[in-house]
Amino acid sequence: MDKKLELIVQALQEKYATSIEEFREEVHVFVKAEQIVDALTLLRDKYDFELLSALTATDYWPQQSPRFHVIYQLSSIARNITLQLRVPVNGDQPKIPTATRVYDVANWRERELLDMFGIEIEGHPDPRRILMPEGTEGHPLRKDFPLGYEEPQFTFNIDEIDLRKPYAKE
Amino acid sequence: MGIEQKLGNMGVATLTLETAVNWARTNAMWPMLFGLACCAIEMMAAQASHYDMSRFGMELMRASPRQSDLMIVAGRLSRKMAPVLRQLYDQMPEPKWVISMGDCASCSGVFNNYALVQGVDEIVPVDVYVAGCPPRPEALIHGVVTLYEKVKGEKFKDLEKA
Repeated sequence: MDKKLELIVQALQEKYATSIEEFREEVHVFVKAEQIVDALTLLRDKYDFELLSALTATDYWPQQSPRFHVIYQLSSIARNITLQLRVPVNGDQPKIPTATRVYDVANWRERELLDMFGIEIEGHPDPRRILMPEGTEGHPLRKDFPLGYEEPQFTFNIDEIDLRKPYAKE
Repeated sequence: MGIEQKLGNMGVATLTLETAVNWARTNAMWPMLFGLACCAIEMMAAQASHYDMSRFGMELMRASPRQSDLMIVAGRLSRKMAPVLRQLYDQMPEPKWVISMGDCASCSGVFNNYALVQGVDEIVPVDVYVAGCPPRPEALIHGVVTLYEKVKGEKFKDLEKA
């Protein structure tokens, strides 16, 4: 681990009693959902992480529980380091507090979480879908979302499937 | 200084009104100026000097649906864009035609997923499908010429019914 990062990770560990994963010099610090806003504020104000460069999630269903990890990727331009925070989120009623009061850029990223994973953002100023049209059912990046819907047509069933296709009228 | 002085003594040519109207339509068909993805680059190439679609009476791409009578759906259509495409189609005056250009527009190509409409024929009625990923400009021009053949065969009585 980077020397500059070690001190910061130690401070986080003492304050939040977290676990850590490291893979090829990328450090992931696990934080609970109720601590995340506090942790982000601390990192921004005390350790110069000016930039929330990514905010995304991963669905580990069905291998892991809790199934979602929300990932905050922070960059410090002043210190030239990056750090990942991970928040495990439960599958039934997934919910995290909003980070928009710490980083403005979190606004659209959190809408994406809401849209793609169905993770509810508590206190978000504008909780609408961002990518899919209004009225879409389900959350496409969940692993249990069905893949595609179109049946492949082969020579032996081309006419049969054609009858079921929703062709547009004039 | 009319056309008869230029043509000399050629006599009289007779034809049906249908043929005359369809000939006029095919030789001044204005496509709408819009592209959805990379197929639009090939569409621009087909318009530009090397392939020069104006040889077929299509030198004008109209930026307004009110002035165009051909819609070339060039590229993949996302679900969020679908209502917009239908609105553009509805704003075009009759008679109007649609070319579905490329695999994505025709059947969503390799993208069998939640984000894209699986073939624009779900949204607008398509006259000619052009295959390819993306189709070469020749293929698009061939599609246009194929559409001309279709238009030349149109009958007034069928139009009244529609």
